[in-house]
Amino acid sequence: MDVHEYQAKELLGSFGVPVAKGAVAFSPDQAVYAATELGGWSWAVKAQIHAGARGKAGGIKICKTYHEVREAAQDMLGKRLVTHQTGPEGKPVQRVYVEAAEPFEKELYLGFVLDRKAERVRVIASQEGGMEIEEIARTNPDAILQVTVEPAVGLQAFQARELAFRLGLSIKQAQSCVSTIMNAYRAFRDCDAQMLEINPLVVTKDDRVLALDAKMSFDDNALFRRPNVADMYDPSQQDPREAQAAEHNLNYIGLEGDIGCIVNGAGLAMATMDMIKHAGGEPANFLDVGGGASPDRIETAMKLVVSDDNVKAILVNIFAGINRCDWVAKGVVQACANLDIKLPLIVRLAGTNVEEGRRILEESDLKLITAETLAEAAEKAVLACQGKLQAA
Amino acid sequence: MSILIDEKTPVIVQGMTGDKGTFHAKEMIEYGTNVVGGVTPGKGGGRHLDRPLFNTVKEAVQETGAEASITFVAPAFCSDAIMECADAGIRLVCSITDGIPAQDMMRVKRYLMRYPRERRTMMVGPNCAGIISPGKAMLGIMPGHIYLQGNVGVISRSGTLGYEAAAQMKDRGIGITTSVGIGGDPINGSSFLDHLALFEEDPETDAVLMIGEIGGPQEAEASVWIKDNMSKPVVGFVAGLTAPKGRRMGHAGAIISATGDSAAEKAEIMRANGLTVAPNPSEFGSTVAKVLGL
Repeated sequence: MDVHEYQAKELLGSFGVPVAKGAVAFSPDQAVYAATELGGWSWAVKAQIHAGARGKAGGIKICKTYHEVREAAQDMLGKRLVTHQTGPEGKPVQRVYVEAAEPFEKELYLGFVLDRKAERVRVIASQEGGMEIEEIARTNPDAILQVTVEPAVGLQAFQARELAFRLGLSIKQAQSCVSTIMNAYRAFRDCDAQMLEINPLVVTKDDRVLALDAKMSFDDNALFRRPNVADMYDPSQQDPREAQAAEHNLNYIGLEGDIGCIVNGAGLAMATMDMIKHAGGEPANFLDVGGGASPDRIETAMKLVVSDDNVKAILVNIFAGINRCDWVAKGVVQACANLDIKLPLIVRLAGTNVEEGRRILEESDLKLITAETLAEAAEKAVLACQGKLQAA
Repeated sequence: MSILIDEKTPVIVQGMTGDKGTFHAKEMIEYGTNVVGGVTPGKGGGRHLDRPLFNTVKEAVQETGAEASITFVAPAFCSDAIMECADAGIRLVCSITDGIPAQDMMRVKRYLMRYPRERRTMMVGPNCAGIISPGKAMLGIMPGHIYLQGNVGVISRSGTLGYEAAAQMKDRGIGITTSVGIGGDPINGSSFLDHLALFEEDPETDAVLMIGEIGGPQEAEASVWIKDNMSKPVVGFVAGLTAPKGRRMGHAGAIISATGDSAAEKAEIMRANGLTVAPNPSEFGSTVAKVLGL
């Protein structure tokens, strides 16, 4: 789960990571009020979306007057911001963050990730702050400093010191940097984060470090024990269908194509999409109904898939292990009756209770295209989608 | 022979008295698995499915000589259940549980490393379908009837894609020594590489099918190892050719977040290291048949 910059900063701040003073605003009036409360002569107004690269896309404005703050907030709020990380549809801006501008001397990079190869937390730092880490890795890989954390004892101060001194900081700056790294690590560990990026971490004129931007994402599997983090969920930043799917505990990801997919198991769902592509079609979505799917769950999944107007055919591919083909078949019959589905429907059932499932489909008066194998199902779906195949 | 489990392996079920534990323990017993007991804290001394129940894994091991465990334990408590197995000297623990926090798994992996290699617990999963040695024993939740006993080893991150492969092979009369689901999480108890090494040593296994997916470095690591160490032919596949970058495809671990994570890149690495890559997921059976010379 991703959170907004201001939420990440709130969390980091509570762990002792120095952040600039700021306030969130939902309207231009609130933005101006926030600026007056913060005081000073210069503010950054920042669009809050779950994506980076906002600066280049006009999502961050430095303002010198209250009038400029109002204008900046007006320009951003209620619009969709498109950055190179959001995709062409962009993300809606419903809140802006108004922050007291801090003059700084140097921009650093500090990041924490779950390193899957080492199966440990990796801390990454660089003097090339302000750039994207992928960019630094490409143009100047030697500028990337890394340490890994031993899970039995956690990050040690000597590791943070090593990073701070290799970043070329003075002793005073390094002290501030070491405590920032240690505190950021505690935030990462204690909130079950899977990614934390402070970019840039700036060095101020008076030798402090400060998180100027912050990005955090969290392990969905650990949200049950992090209610304060779970509360930060913002459905507006998600595709509406994906948000709806999440409410029903379905895994749905919208794609560009026109063949709707309903599959059990993430691997088989991906393979079904691959197979559609191989047969010359394009999948409209990834959807894993999971294990033990009831007829109602299948109906919910069908409803979700047909809510995408691009969908011209539906492929149901179930290889039941802990699922039951008879339940799936009942769900398909039930969905067709309740949702009045007119689109061509291709069904492939295999595994547990397959005979019973097939019987239920045969005995219904549904016009279905059935398939025995994965390849046959994908080929028939592509043909049906192109209008070249109809149910018998 | 098979790897990891056979009809003699004494198995305990952690969380046997729950709905899922009960259902799958029954299925495993019916399949012929030597289930010797269950562990549910607070229900020790009782019986379930005509097997004794214990409060702790240690007691279960002392009383029954259990060597393997399967956990049907809720995600919040599962890392604890796995470490309990390691402490009690269980040789193999298979975790079906989906949803274990990544930091818990990091600690579990670190904990398992406390023990010297010769008594270290092998963990399979989490978030997997389990292990089956067809015709002998099943430590998982798969439909047993789709597997034929034979001479091919299967390792898969995805459960259902493993079923798909087993069914395609059965249609061609090709059987399996053991099929292992290593799970869809970012941190797995054991990797492709761990099981490839076992299959290489297993005299009955003549070829191996490994089914990967997007995300993580495991497939690439295994491919390099295969080139240097494996005498048996290996068929590879990576699901998720059409998956967009940066999106989590159901499995917590199935996300393209770094160079080398995509299906196309991994398939290329497999080819470069001498694996035979199945061209698409409906050709598991035919590609395995080809490397077996059938």
